[in-house]
Amino acid sequence: MSATGAVRTLKIDGRDCSARPQATILEVARENKIFIPRLCQLEGLSTVGACRLCLVEVKGSNKLLPACTTTVDEGMEITTSSEELASYRRMIVELLFTEGNHICSVCVSNGHCELQTMAQRLGVTHIHLPYRYPKKQVDASHERFVLDHNRCVLCTRCVRVCDEIEGAHTWDLMGRGIDSKVITDLNQPWGSSESCTSCGKCVQVCPTGALFEKGRSVAEMEKRRQFLPYLTLMRGERT
Amino acid sequence: MTPEELEDIAQRERETQREFPQRVNVCVAAGCLSCQSDAVKEALVKEAASRGLGDQCQVKGVGCMGLCSEGPLVSISTGHLYQHVSARDAGAILDSLQGSLVEQLLCPTDTPFFQRQKKIVLENSGTIDPERIEEYIACQGYHALVKALTEMTPQQVIAEITTSGLRGRGGAGYPTGLKWSTVAKAVGTQKFVICNADEGDPGAFMDRSVLESDPHRVLEGMLIAAYAVGASQGYIYVRAEYPLAIARLKTAIRQAERLGLLGANICGTGFNLHIELRLGAGAFVCGEETALIASIEGRRGTPRPRPPYPAMEGLVGQPTLINNVETYANVPPILRNGGAWYAQIGTEQSKGTKVFALAGRVRNTGLVEVPMGISLREMVFEIGGGIPDGKEFKAVQTGGPSGGCLPRETLDMPVEYESLARAGSIMGSGGMIVMDETSCMVDVAKYFMDFCMTESCGKCIPCRVGTYQMHRILSAITDMSAAAQDLKLLEELCDLVKHTSLCGLGQSAPNPVLSTLKYFLEEYQAHVHEHKCPAGACGVKMLEKVDA
Repeated sequence: MSATGAVRTLKIDGRDCSARPQATILEVARENKIFIPRLCQLEGLSTVGACRLCLVEVKGSNKLLPACTTTVDEGMEITTSSEELASYRRMIVELLFTEGNHICSVCVSNGHCELQTMAQRLGVTHIHLPYRYPKKQVDASHERFVLDHNRCVLCTRCVRVCDEIEGAHTWDLMGRGIDSKVITDLNQPWGSSESCTSCGKCVQVCPTGALFEKGRSVAEMEKRRQFLPYLTLMRGERT
Repeated sequence: MTPEELEDIAQRERETQREFPQRVNVCVAAGCLSCQSDAVKEALVKEAASRGLGDQCQVKGVGCMGLCSEGPLVSISTGHLYQHVSARDAGAILDSLQGSLVEQLLCPTDTPFFQRQKKIVLENSGTIDPERIEEYIACQGYHALVKALTEMTPQQVIAEITTSGLRGRGGAGYPTGLKWSTVAKAVGTQKFVICNADEGDPGAFMDRSVLESDPHRVLEGMLIAAYAVGASQGYIYVRAEYPLAIARLKTAIRQAERLGLLGANICGTGFNLHIELRLGAGAFVCGEETALIASIEGRRGTPRPRPPYPAMEGLVGQPTLINNVETYANVPPILRNGGAWYAQIGTEQSKGTKVFALAGRVRNTGLVEVPMGISLREMVFEIGGGIPDGKEFKAVQTGGPSGGCLPRETLDMPVEYESLARAGSIMGSGGMIVMDETSCMVDVAKYFMDFCMTESCGKCIPCRVGTYQMHRILSAITDMSAAAQDLKLLEELCDLVKHTSLCGLGQSAPNPVLSTLKYFLEEYQAHVHEHKCPAGACGVKMLEKVDA
């Protein structure tokens, strides 16, 4: 292993890549235009390794490793796509579809949804598992935004952007396992939240139609995320 | 505290003990307490006082004696053990100290249950009063700590642990010496030691018993570990469902602090360690080390990807040593007797002894400590006394909800980390549940999957939704409503959840299903294809439903 500060050289899908030390596999792959699917990770936010879609094979490791949190090492050999990985990824996306109530045809995010795009890209054509059809609520108490739990994939981007970028920490999680859900304040209606600044960052980072702006109809909710790289860049320069 | 002062306390305590020609020990650990052993103790004390035996006969509460199924247990100074004792028997027991024994209460101790055990972790359980530090000191307690502080360097302590071959007793079996040396080498502004006492496996109670019966042993192990790795702050993360263990730990911490064995400038050597308790709120996943750390930090108890391991970045980002209760409890005897002594016990790759909570369909249920490498057959049929009511043995489940069910064919396999893993189970923390022919293995798998589904933290998708889907299929099979392709789907889900989940909970959640699919596939097929349950367990349940 080379000294800290030196450039790391590694192979991703047989291609030679160089990387900064401490860079993650996902960052290096993106710089080299190698696609690795992910739903919870978003550039500018902390990583949690929760969606498991970015799992990759690393030579010498008997476990699959999440590309978003695994930092590169000198001489690493990484495989980002294989038949096994593809089947795992398809199944994970399938699980998400069975967990909530994802009805694309009536969704504000139809056509602009990361879950939908991911399913198309990974070739999920059928859902082999039975749907759960849970009874979930919609919180439309906020004057500008709506939270629809039916479409939430629990990526926690909203929780992280509110805490790390806006600094309000309005969002959090409650419940465990399959009953987990995102909440505002201490599970109060969003509209009555005293910590929410109504900045709307949560809405823009949400990968699906779980968070959307009021007044949007089917397929009209396109997320605008340009602020995030801009804000993180500004903060990076300030420190 | 110098070695001389410590020896002084030990001497005084031994003399005090000798002043009593007669002794009666009553188990006051949770198992016997739950069948009113406190009333037994009270009655004995009262009876002894009314006979004017106060200065001749000592009645004291002690920790677990192991055979929990026969409680309340009382041992007397003639070396005999009484079982199923009630307060009414107080007079007869006191009579028996000099006269003839109370035959109907006598518990035979020449059985394999007692004879096959080798007690290292439990050496003081059932003999000392867990609420008096002097009794622990009289049994060589804190001698290993003083020896380490005054005669050994931290490197020598770690070398001794490495020589012993001790492996983590929480389940994964990581070499303890290696873990300690990683933390010792790690750089940080402050280092921490944490004791994981968040024992949550259904049917497992090893850690609770150690904490209730001999809490100072765990403190001493943590102190030695902290000295070895250079930590100055310690936490014991114990589940709130263990009120007795918590109370005894609090007492133990206070006593050790008063004697200068814990706190600042320990034994005048300049070594500091403060230990605080943190109570878990009942989440199984908080036994996972990164979730446990998050919980101590006051955050939601969910795991995070490793690396970085806690040894490098743990509590508040600082190097942190996390070990299980039983691992720490092994440390003092290793330092007292040397690593080589410990390494003689057990097998090539699994050294020492392991405490198991033997439960389920066996005659003797309770807590046993056996050398590693003992066979499952010896565990079930000799120590456990076999299956009651003339039933046939079917399977033994090791390692809690993350473990597997092992059938008759594996009975001669030695109990050690590697062989259990090869057979599709794990050592786990030491739960061992025996099942007979009346248990339906699909139903068992469903039970454990229900546990994992409920205890999933919900962070990663495979565990959150995968355990739900697996549980749904298993429920369908036991309801006789599953289709043939459901078995294939179940296998696919097992594979996915095992290989893609974030933490150990998810990665091991399919184990009960995978092991029963491997060894008891015909039971699954009978449910699916013939709509019947060979064990009769699932059918009975359906009848009950009809009746209701």
